[in-house]
Amino acid sequence: MNRYPAWKYAIIAIALLIGLIYTLPNFFGEAPAVQVSSAKATLKLDAAIAPRIDDVLAKAGLKADFVQFDGNSVKARFGDLDAQRKAKDAIVSALNPDPNDPSYIVALNLLSRSPQWLTRLHALPMFLGLDLRGGVYFLMQVDMKSALTKKAEALTGDIRTLLRDKNLRHAGITRDANNVEIRFRDRETMTAARNLLADQLPDLQWLEGQDGTDFKLGGSLKPEAMKRVQDSAITQNITTLHNRVNELGVAEPVIQQQGPDRVVVQLPGVQDTAKAKDIIGRTATLELRMVDDSAEAIAAATGAGPVPFGTERFNDRNGGPLIVKRQVVLTGDNLTDAQPGFDSQTHEPDVNLTVDAKGARIMQDVSRENIGKRMAILLFEKGKGEVVTAPVIRGELGSRFQITGRMTISEANDTALLLRAGSLAAPMEIIEERTVGPSLGAENILKGFHSVMWGFAAIALFMCLYYLLFGVISTLALGFNLLLLLALLSMLQATLSLPGIAAIALTLGMAIDANVLINERVREELRGGASAQKAIHDGYDRAWATILDSNVTTLIAGLALLVFGSGPVRGFAVVHCLGILTSMFSAVVFSRGLVNLWYGRQKKLKSVSIGQVWKPADASANVPAKTT
Amino acid sequence: MEFFRIRRDIPFMRHALVFNIISAVTFLAAVFFLATRGLHFSIEFTGGIVMEAQYAKAAEVDKIREKLDALQLGDAQVANFGSTRDVVVRLPAPPGTKKDEQAAIVSKVYAAMCAAEGQPLAGPGASCEAVKQQRVDFVGPQVGRELAVDGAKALAMVIVGIMVYLAIRFEWKFAVAAIVANLHDVVIILGFFAFFQWEFNLTVLAAVLAVLGYSVNESVVIFDRIREAFRRYRKMTTHEVIDHAITSTMSRTVITHGCTQAMVLSMLIFGGPTLHGFAIALTIGILFGIYSSVFVAAAIAMWLGVKREDLIKAATKDVDPDDPNAGAVV
Repeated sequence: MNRYPAWKYAIIAIALLIGLIYTLPNFFGEAPAVQVSSAKATLKLDAAIAPRIDDVLAKAGLKADFVQFDGNSVKARFGDLDAQRKAKDAIVSALNPDPNDPSYIVALNLLSRSPQWLTRLHALPMFLGLDLRGGVYFLMQVDMKSALTKKAEALTGDIRTLLRDKNLRHAGITRDANNVEIRFRDRETMTAARNLLADQLPDLQWLEGQDGTDFKLGGSLKPEAMKRVQDSAITQNITTLHNRVNELGVAEPVIQQQGPDRVVVQLPGVQDTAKAKDIIGRTATLELRMVDDSAEAIAAATGAGPVPFGTERFNDRNGGPLIVKRQVVLTGDNLTDAQPGFDSQTHEPDVNLTVDAKGARIMQDVSRENIGKRMAILLFEKGKGEVVTAPVIRGELGSRFQITGRMTISEANDTALLLRAGSLAAPMEIIEERTVGPSLGAENILKGFHSVMWGFAAIALFMCLYYLLFGVISTLALGFNLLLLLALLSMLQATLSLPGIAAIALTLGMAIDANVLINERVREELRGGASAQKAIHDGYDRAWATILDSNVTTLIAGLALLVFGSGPVRGFAVVHCLGILTSMFSAVVFSRGLVNLWYGRQKKLKSVSIGQVWKPADASANVPAKTT
Repeated sequence: MEFFRIRRDIPFMRHALVFNIISAVTFLAAVFFLATRGLHFSIEFTGGIVMEAQYAKAAEVDKIREKLDALQLGDAQVANFGSTRDVVVRLPAPPGTKKDEQAAIVSKVYAAMCAAEGQPLAGPGASCEAVKQQRVDFVGPQVGRELAVDGAKALAMVIVGIMVYLAIRFEWKFAVAAIVANLHDVVIILGFFAFFQWEFNLTVLAAVLAVLGYSVNESVVIFDRIREAFRRYRKMTTHEVIDHAITSTMSRTVITHGCTQAMVLSMLIFGGPTLHGFAIALTIGILFGIYSSVFVAAAIAMWLGVKREDLIKAATKDVDPDDPNAGAVV
């Protein structure tokens, strides 16, 4: 009766194997590495950079364990700190010829020492939280009100332009927070205006009203438009933050949205909070200026002559020079949106730009006078400008216009991103800040590890003494639980923090409950006079309902923490919930598997090694008569 | 080895009234301390600045406190943290402080700490040998308010979730009994934190909610036995059934809690100051969890008038072949 079919053993074996493989990378520790990423928003790394770095290292006589490109950066791992430092110097001098204007960030990092075949299986070590590795944490609040106000402001300008274009007279447009109010003298104009605006500006909803002799039209942002504005504001802010944080040379920054209007920035390894804040808070600016195409300017661009008066020389993304007038046509403040898209006629990729009403007026005037000339879009970061793109003006432009021509889809995406990334969509404020020193992090890891280890040892010792063989099996099941939990956390690439370690410890302490329940039940069955095999069978069966109930209630508490918790509490909850799930598997299926393997085959099993089963001398006195 | 050699069921329920009085008294005392002293919330809830520093040699807390008082930054708290060399400084956030000012306050405090060691700082952003900044946290007041609200929501979800589950799985009387018994645990833990003015931070909150799940778990095991005993022993009265259930789970209760406590104790000893509050909350929670599940939950279920019919009725409907309790043992 205590036999498992082969497939159950197979499941256990597979779980054990997967657990081992995915837990393994955590034990290899970390090796020094050098990470190269782009320092400029305009420079994108591609796979060609890896062989280049290989080359640099070969010339410097250094041997890296591997050099690999992972989409955003190149990582090279080294055997020791000395090689890492030398490699960094070699790469810096080879990639950044001008130390004042670095194109690449070369940062020191730590990479897992786990072998490549594990990495290829996506078996990666757990990600350590800031409290375990040291660094800076910022929680930033995006001011959504001002993002909405900005949008409403832009729409107000659009309304003005639209009404003027169609010659619809109004008696004043006012904006109050996110609402626009237009007054009209007569009903016909209002109806005409309403039809026009509803058609042209789908983001607004309108409400007609009357105020004395005046008719008024109240416009407010539709809820879905509001949501879109907020979503795009936060995405744009995150993109901008990414670009800025890249500059700090942080190996693995975490920048993610939290809730509808918050951004979390985690910079592991950074200790200088002031500098980090400075860079995060800095504004990059976008400027639109005319390109000077005169003969002198062309000569100046090739280096044959001096830069003409009133112009400046900038480089474009490929390093080519361009002479641009000093006069600024528009700044990034006027640019409300930039999206990649496709040209409606040629179906080529393009970038659609939207400027606000003021910008539209200026664009209209400037473009009318400069058809056939080029306009440069410049991005200023750290006081240095760079040409993002310099398209030719084909006709008179309004509030919406496109940049087209010989672009691939990814180029269009990049350009749109760069145009948007210039500035923050809405101001942000730091509302929470944490700094953890690296030595404190290392100490925390050690403390967490010791807690789990000694607690585990105490439980294991007790279980083995009290329940003998069943105790050994329970301990193995508990160990298996720990293995599965670590494997699951590594697989999910969850961030492990100190509360997470506490949750591991607590989960193990609670998981043993299932085995205690089982063992006690088996003893009880034996005490009741059941045969050894039947006692095992019934003990497991009866304990199961209790184990399920008690785990479900614990899981409810865990889920509540997961749903409503944030920061450290969520880290705790994730581990806690996963631990409850793995403990049900390990305590019931795995330990039963071991028991079956050991005892299942013995047909005439006389006794079970589960410690002493004490029977009261007057056993019959206590147990009431069972009725059917 | 067998620790529990109990010959006959211990008549726990005969003393139910006494236990309930003890519970009521501790509960009221906890409420009293919560009301009069209040919880000592960490800056995660109140907003403010926390700075941890490590001194090269043993730090003189009084001297640091004196120096900080001279800066007039409001109610600055200075305390040792873990060892005599580690010091934690807590500063409340004056309303309306801007983020730049926060940084300025931190550097001012740090400069004062260095100066107290006879190593005045060379300039802003410099550091001194004697004092090392280990951790700096700044929490805005709005974050704290949200945490409190989220904590309350989590608590509500746990209570409702567990009650619904127990009402479905057992009977509403058990659900009410389990929740009352375990909320009483939570209030008592909070009462301890209020009485000793231990810092109540986010990890402690996590511990409190985990305890709620954990000690309900305890009640569930006993209820499970009560249900089984009702089915098996038709002649027993409700009293006897509850006594039998408690007695027969006694060994498991003590061993399980002992094991969990061993783990928590290990956290208390090796986990360092960060896990201290967490481990303390769990320790109190585990001890009172045993007490409340055994003596309070079952007693309340009894007062509420749990009857054999409440559970047996459910059993006839329950024809799930996998349910080991479905087929009563003949």
